[in-house]
Amino acid sequence: MPKALRSPPLLILPTLGWFLWFLLIPLCILFIYSFATKGTYGGIVYTFSLENYFRAQDWIYFRIFLSSLKLAALTTISCLLIGYPMAYVMATVSATMRSVLLMLVVIPFWTNFVVRAYAIKVLLGEHGPVNQIALSLKILAEPIVFNNSAFSVWLWMVTNYLPFMVLPLYVALEKFDFTLLEAAKDLGASSVNILLKVLIPLTKQGIVAGIIFVFPCALGEFIIPDILGGAKTMLIGNLITEQFLKSRDWPFGSALSMILILSVLVSLVVYLKTQENPHEASRKA
Amino acid sequence: MLEIRALHKSFGSTKAVSNVNLTIQEGEFFSLLGPSGCGKTTLLRMLGGFESPTSGEILQDENRVDTLPPHLRPFNMVFQRYALFPHLSVWQNVAFGLQMKKTSRSEIQTRVLEALALVKMENFSERSVDTLSGGQQQRIALARAFINRPRVLLLDEPLSALDLKLRQQMQIELLSLQRRLKHTFIFVTHDQEEALTLSDRIAVMNHGVVEQVGTPQEIYEYPRTLFVAQFIGSINSLEGEVRESREDGVIVQGFSKRQIQVKPSKDGSRPLPAVQPGTSLRILMRPEKLKALKSPPGPEQNVIEGNLKEVLYQGSMTHLFIQPKEADVPALMVAQPNTSVTSRKGFQLGDRIFVAWTPEDCLLMGKEEALRETHA
Repeated sequence: MPKALRSPPLLILPTLGWFLWFLLIPLCILFIYSFATKGTYGGIVYTFSLENYFRAQDWIYFRIFLSSLKLAALTTISCLLIGYPMAYVMATVSATMRSVLLMLVVIPFWTNFVVRAYAIKVLLGEHGPVNQIALSLKILAEPIVFNNSAFSVWLWMVTNYLPFMVLPLYVALEKFDFTLLEAAKDLGASSVNILLKVLIPLTKQGIVAGIIFVFPCALGEFIIPDILGGAKTMLIGNLITEQFLKSRDWPFGSALSMILILSVLVSLVVYLKTQENPHEASRKA
Repeated sequence: MLEIRALHKSFGSTKAVSNVNLTIQEGEFFSLLGPSGCGKTTLLRMLGGFESPTSGEILQDENRVDTLPPHLRPFNMVFQRYALFPHLSVWQNVAFGLQMKKTSRSEIQTRVLEALALVKMENFSERSVDTLSGGQQQRIALARAFINRPRVLLLDEPLSALDLKLRQQMQIELLSLQRRLKHTFIFVTHDQEEALTLSDRIAVMNHGVVEQVGTPQEIYEYPRTLFVAQFIGSINSLEGEVRESREDGVIVQGFSKRQIQVKPSKDGSRPLPAVQPGTSLRILMRPEKLKALKSPPGPEQNVIEGNLKEVLYQGSMTHLFIQPKEADVPALMVAQPNTSVTSRKGFQLGDRIFVAWTPEDCLLMGKEEALRETHA
């Protein structure tokens, strides 16, 4: 890039300041708290130990972490499976249709997520349209109880995180040269091979970006599983919230947060390392 | 032998290809030539199986192939922008077709090396395709397409992305490759010179219709329609009315005082159309068949008098534009080869010039539509 066009480094100062003040410093505070001790009435006592981290290794917490992991993984995979065909269609239709579809993807951003959660609750409720229509058409004999179930949690999670998956996939597919699919077909590749050997390897950047957007956010989700799941399953997000707001055990909450952040970070680094150098990887295959 | 019978393709209400009938011989280098939007690419894509015909048939050795998916047709395609797989190496790109056909490892190895050697790229097998130059990518695209040993290789403007020098070099390589492989090549291009240089036969297309099929020489020297005449190279066109139609020639009255004679070509390959006196038609002359003279030629030559309007020196040729005095018609273009260093003859702008040509070296054509040759 010519020197004159290089952006002056000063331009990133606002962002840098923002991150420093509202992300890095709070994280440091959290880090320090995680080694502190809970006071008798909920305050912070600055006696430092690894006690909180030992406590977090309890089997109960591990199970909570596992069920969060399960939900996050399920959400990410569902978003990928639903979002990829969607992004593919968006990248191949006419410009007008493309704008319409883009709008459809973005509109959920404009409504509050709690409102959307209650909308799903109403929609799937015993007296909601889904059950009523099925009952009146005699498809069902009794209404299905969707609410307070893992299904409605999953439904909300997918609705909420789908745009984060679709948009990066769309960006990758939009740049994709679709004559490559014709070339593969011409050379005798089956549909499965076209997908596995051409389309997916060449849109991998979009897939990776989508997963990076969706998975960590889904892992920390907490309010919605309460509203839609009936507070039956404890997730890591709920557990942490509880430490801060109910048990008033900030040091333990901080330790749990640190573990969550670190595990996301480590898994992302490992994931990205395995995705590196696609040329080398595919050669071995 | 590849046969295309009454092939039609419409996109909505627009006819992309209408009533195309072609027979292409085994091992022929056959070009589809026409301006953009003439339907040549659609025709090629129908052969490849990427578009399905609205009606009509495609037969390879008397078997219908237009109903088969691309990979079951004995054809392979070289795409316009090569469509090489950017995430694969040169070797992997070339091997792709064989791997998809589940060929044995050892055979893949030998055939890929063979194919790379044919396009002189054997030292590049481990390279990533995006480190290659345009010409090298072109060669890999060719190797990838012929590795499956197709009966017919379909080439969609494969040289259009290359610069002139490289394009000329690749034309030679393409020809020698075709002679060695002995596959049928169907080559789509909008470049007239390229089609003339490479092809055994050319089909000139316009608005979805094949206007003429013939050898490069037939297409250039005996165009059947005004479109073909004007699309392939430059041509001068004069309007006139038939005065006399005889065995050995036609006399036409143009705008000039002197009548113009048109005679069939001496080798008999181009008989004259049967025309009635009074028919208005066009006389077409290629610029290089005309001579610019300072004094009038003998009566056996046709002549038009005019003033030199423009001289365009083009290295090997000089183009002279001569404006006839008598009428408000476009200037005539005369192409003179610069056979020696001093061959520009020192014409000055505004000079009086006689444009002369022999009666055998021009064509008659109906004003609106093609005049079919009488024997055809």
